[in-house]
Amino acid sequence: MSLWPRKRVTLADVQPDLVRLERRMILRSGLSLGALTLLTGCDLSDGDAVDKVLWAMSRWNDKVQAALFDPGRLAPTYAESDITKPFRFNAFYDIDEVPVIDGVAWKLEVSGLVTDKSPWTLERLRALPQQSQITRHICVEGWSAIGQWSGVPFRTLLEHAGADLRARYVGFKCADGYYSSIDMATALHPQTILALDFGKDPLPPEFGFPVKLRVPTKLGFKNPKHIAAMFVTNDYPGGYWEDQGYNWFSGS
Amino acid sequence: MAIASMDRMQHPRRIKIHPLPVRVTHWINAFAMGCMIMSGWQIYDASPLFPFTFPHLMTLGGWLGGAIAWHLAAMWLLVANGLVYGLYGFTSGHFRRNFLPLSPSAVRADLMAALAFRLPHRLGRYNAVQRLLYVLVLLAGVLAVSSGLALWKPVQLRFLSLFFGGFEVTRRVHFAAMAGIVGFIAIHLALVLLVPKTLPPMITGRAKEEA
Repeated sequence: MSLWPRKRVTLADVQPDLVRLERRMILRSGLSLGALTLLTGCDLSDGDAVDKVLWAMSRWNDKVQAALFDPGRLAPTYAESDITKPFRFNAFYDIDEVPVIDGVAWKLEVSGLVTDKSPWTLERLRALPQQSQITRHICVEGWSAIGQWSGVPFRTLLEHAGADLRARYVGFKCADGYYSSIDMATALHPQTILALDFGKDPLPPEFGFPVKLRVPTKLGFKNPKHIAAMFVTNDYPGGYWEDQGYNWFSGS
Repeated sequence: MAIASMDRMQHPRRIKIHPLPVRVTHWINAFAMGCMIMSGWQIYDASPLFPFTFPHLMTLGGWLGGAIAWHLAAMWLLVANGLVYGLYGFTSGHFRRNFLPLSPSAVRADLMAALAFRLPHRLGRYNAVQRLLYVLVLLAGVLAVSSGLALWKPVQLRFLSLFFGGFEVTRRVHFAAMAGIVGFIAIHLALVLLVPKTLPPMITGRAKEEA
């Protein structure tokens, strides 16, 4: 027996409550969507908890990509008729700020875990065996363009410099203040070249004169231009964009 | 009759609509998909495929680097959750029970009824149009993930990239998959607003049996 007097309950009695409950449910899911928009401020720059998770996930993705990387898998190559013309200029500055470099005075400094630190002139680099490729340059922004690059297989250069090929990284410093680094496995990939030519001619200033690293197994920003110095190291060297949040490995 | 319905009111039979694995994966997917779409729009804006960009307020990550970090972090959640859901869907009979049978004639009939606002909502039972949309959005999800993998790894997964027609075609496929999913979400949310009683069961799992 109930202690409370029985009262006839009709749908009309409970309807307002039901409607309120439903509204609350909708509001709650609306709030969780609102919470998602709060996250839109997390952009890797202010070091809050979410940013830390994003950075940690990016390091995890470096490891996954290193494991996925097949040293023998070649990037697709294309016919001369596929080459994108005009090729797109891209840098962290405008085209009128492209560095002017004297190719005769220029030298490539080599340091770190190498036995031969003698710098390389353009003449010396030209005397090494050359290799040409027509491959797709894929920009982190999403666009892509097919170009032809020729130069010294990077493995050949590392071998000539007596580099420790078991070291983890090769880092690059550029004449325009740019810097970047790649993993040793990619540095030794058969299509990774120190490019001297773009198309049939020496690299024009806007595409990296006098030398640029051409890595068709990585995104465009991992292909530094106007290289002035390279070093072999086991200490993570980072990079201009990588230090701001672009994924370091960025393999294709 | 009056007594029976009164009893029903005081002790409403609550029937199970959405089992726990469906509810959990639904909300995880809602979060992960939200992250993927909003960060994807920011990435799109860095190099638009079409003559429009997405408003900054609708995007996630603040800038391209932040957006890619979100996209490549949330993808793990999206895929792991999707695999759990797919495994559950096939092994539990959830897919077979709720999405089948699916015949063109039933879709046509239910679509006509829906457009005439004569298609009733049946608790715990999807009509043919809903079944078709759920199957299509699951396929769009598979397409989004596989084309996304082809964009992320066009060399290591070059056969997947070639299957989609190369890098530039794959970008458009990936965009189309996103558009399909966003179209589904628009319909999905509009229907929840039209029939709000469908929302609580996706949280509690149960609903009062209809009189």
